[in-house]
Amino acid sequence: MKALSQKRRHPLAAIALLLMGLLLTGGLYAVATSVNQAKADTTSYSASDVEQGGKLFAANCATCHGMGASGTKDGPSLVGVGAAAVDFQVGTGRMPMQMNGPQAQKKPVQFNEEQTSQLAAYVASLGAGPAIPEEHLLDEKGDAAKGGELFRVNCAMCHNAAAAGGALTRGKFAPALADVTGKHIYEAMATGPQNMPVFNDSNVSPEGKRDIITFLKTIEANGSPGGADLGSLGPVSEGLFVWIAGLGVIIAFTIWLTSRTS
Amino acid sequence: MSASSTAEAPFVAKTKVGRFTDFVDERVGGSGILREFGRKVFPDHWSFMFGEVALYSFVILLMSGTFLTFFFDPSMAETHYQGSYTPLYNVEMSVAYNSSLNISFDVRGGLFMRQVHHWAALLFVASLGVHMLRVFFTGAFRKPREMNWVVGGVLLILAMAAGFTGYSLPDDLLSGNGLRIIDGVIKSIPVIGTYISFFLFGGEFPGTAIIGRLYVLHILLVPALILLMIVIHLFMVVVHKHTQYPGPGRNDGNVVGYPLGPVYAAKAGGFFFIVFGVLALMAAAFTINPIWNYGPYDPSPVSAGTQPDWYIGFVDGALRLMPGVINNFHFEYIIFGHTLTLNVLLPALVPAGIIFTVLFMYPWIERWVTKDNREHHVLDRPRNAPTRTAIGVAGFTWYCVMWAAAGSDLIATHFHVSLNDVTYWLRTLFFIGPILAFIVTKRIALALQRKDREIALHGRETGRIVRLPHGEFIEVHAPLDEYKRYKLVGFESPVPLPATPNEHGVVTRKEKRRAALSKWFFEDRVAPATPAELEAAHAHGHHEAIEAGADQKSLSH
Repeated sequence: MKALSQKRRHPLAAIALLLMGLLLTGGLYAVATSVNQAKADTTSYSASDVEQGGKLFAANCATCHGMGASGTKDGPSLVGVGAAAVDFQVGTGRMPMQMNGPQAQKKPVQFNEEQTSQLAAYVASLGAGPAIPEEHLLDEKGDAAKGGELFRVNCAMCHNAAAAGGALTRGKFAPALADVTGKHIYEAMATGPQNMPVFNDSNVSPEGKRDIITFLKTIEANGSPGGADLGSLGPVSEGLFVWIAGLGVIIAFTIWLTSRTS
Repeated sequence: MSASSTAEAPFVAKTKVGRFTDFVDERVGGSGILREFGRKVFPDHWSFMFGEVALYSFVILLMSGTFLTFFFDPSMAETHYQGSYTPLYNVEMSVAYNSSLNISFDVRGGLFMRQVHHWAALLFVASLGVHMLRVFFTGAFRKPREMNWVVGGVLLILAMAAGFTGYSLPDDLLSGNGLRIIDGVIKSIPVIGTYISFFLFGGEFPGTAIIGRLYVLHILLVPALILLMIVIHLFMVVVHKHTQYPGPGRNDGNVVGYPLGPVYAAKAGGFFFIVFGVLALMAAAFTINPIWNYGPYDPSPVSAGTQPDWYIGFVDGALRLMPGVINNFHFEYIIFGHTLTLNVLLPALVPAGIIFTVLFMYPWIERWVTKDNREHHVLDRPRNAPTRTAIGVAGFTWYCVMWAAAGSDLIATHFHVSLNDVTYWLRTLFFIGPILAFIVTKRIALALQRKDREIALHGRETGRIVRLPHGEFIEVHAPLDEYKRYKLVGFESPVPLPATPNEHGVVTRKEKRRAALSKWFFEDRVAPATPAELEAAHAHGHHEAIEAGADQKSLSH
């Protein structure tokens, strides 16, 4: 200890301190980012999957994303987006994209499960990225109330508190989340498709994601306790309903009540 | 003595019920009141019933609201939800929200009553609005009813206040967001805004006092004021008697319709149950304000699709339309250390201020322009007052543009258009919409008047085409019966009143302005067909078979 304090004024002490500081922050950063890094387990994909995926990719995706998924001016590079991104984009029919627009729209799925998995294997082989979530995270047996809180804090501002969707700028939108599978919800959070931010594992933990999925599936299964939900769009649809249906029926009655006179 | 003994013996009812009612009547004079009110005549028209709808909705609001007060606890103390709605189980929330959830899920019939209450509130304000539109477009606000029009306007504001205070009570995320916007609007008022906000919320937003305070306003003060205004309103209706649409035998000195008792009373009583039934049906089958979806209020999250109830929508829409900056022009200034944010203050208060100022002043404006000091009990058909109708539609269009802007996000998602484009279009319409609406409405009203005039003069087109011996085709016009014709010709059509000198022989500048407005009001006019014109057209009609061609040209006489 004494030796250390004696050498604290050594000309190289500042440099040593700087090095230590850099090492510490760098090391911490590496640890922190590796927490976010989805455990890209390319191990579960066989080499033939990757090869088949590469062929499919070259035939269907490379026009925009480039050979080797290195990206062109029409589409981003897919190196490091991970299997989860592919599974989401292709599995919900968003990719291959139907047309250019503010954001890719959902449409009937173009590839079967095997092909989707091969594509995912190929893209995952290009660089580490979020993997397809494990089954136990999708069992919908989390804490719905906790998930609801997380949903309201992180998701409701775009997707609406009842997950009915909402508008973003310039024609973009956050879609309604009814009928979206738990796996796709998880992948969307992990990869941030279209305009969605990435909710990585340090932001919303895998258990938190599981809770969110549980919450969404619970309210979906619950239905609307108060009767028809009018799209769960809040006061606008309620106002429209009272003006058109409510007042409309009342006016019909007033006409009936006064119809016997001139 | 003998004279008094031969006087009529006091009336003794024959039955027990009769004796009982007679006993009461002798002490409260009920039969006199009934005789007076029972003979009041009400004209029958469907458009006269919106005021009734509003009244009945209010009664339903009082009844369902009383039920809700039994279970609602307006406390902002924190608690953990232990009720039966699992997606919120053990979530930290205010006691107010907790009790609203309990009303919804754990009180028998609670959700139904909540929904009846909320649907009735929406219908209450909607029927008030439609009632006011009817009164405006038919000119029913004219003398002697100007003050009753103002009472109606006050009722509209009170109804909005009642609605807003109620909307905030459950302390869910949606209502909290709404309160936050109101808080922002209050704080944008220069100098006193922050003080008012701190006074209202008992400190910094949201504090722990606001729900309790709003509750007192919502269940005591505002309903009491509404009730008072309703009493004044109905009292004046009785004093003024009801207006009527123009028709044969109807004039400013009479009222043609049914007496209150028994026919009208039966209809009105039955109508209450119809309104109640419609509301009950809506409450039973359609969700309104699903507070369990929104979660407890927390100042950090703001859900997409956060809107106020429809009657506050126009203020929210105006806020949405206001640009933050235009190129490099900012709307926020710091003056002597006070921030003046015009981009909140302007949209939140100015359009609403203009709408209500014009609304309250309109009867006097029109009275000043027309110099019309007569009593009016016969209504105008909207087309027969083209400028007034056009002003009304222009104002309503302006309101609707702001109203639509409150749903701009839903317009964008549901019609697959860009939210930005929706906003740009609505901003444009905010300025040119009312002008377009004015021009189009006035032209339509004048065109309808011309059509009326033509029908009055030449009869109705029968669609029967006749070929004359010399080969010409004509359409046979059937003359109208007198009752129908009266409706088309029996209206006033004022002409512009030129400026006249006052008692000192001076034409004041104000009088010149009035004359200019009068010209603007009445220079475009289609005069009703006069008896002489009718006579001429009738004589003409006999030659129609021969002179059908000339007939068309004679429209302008």
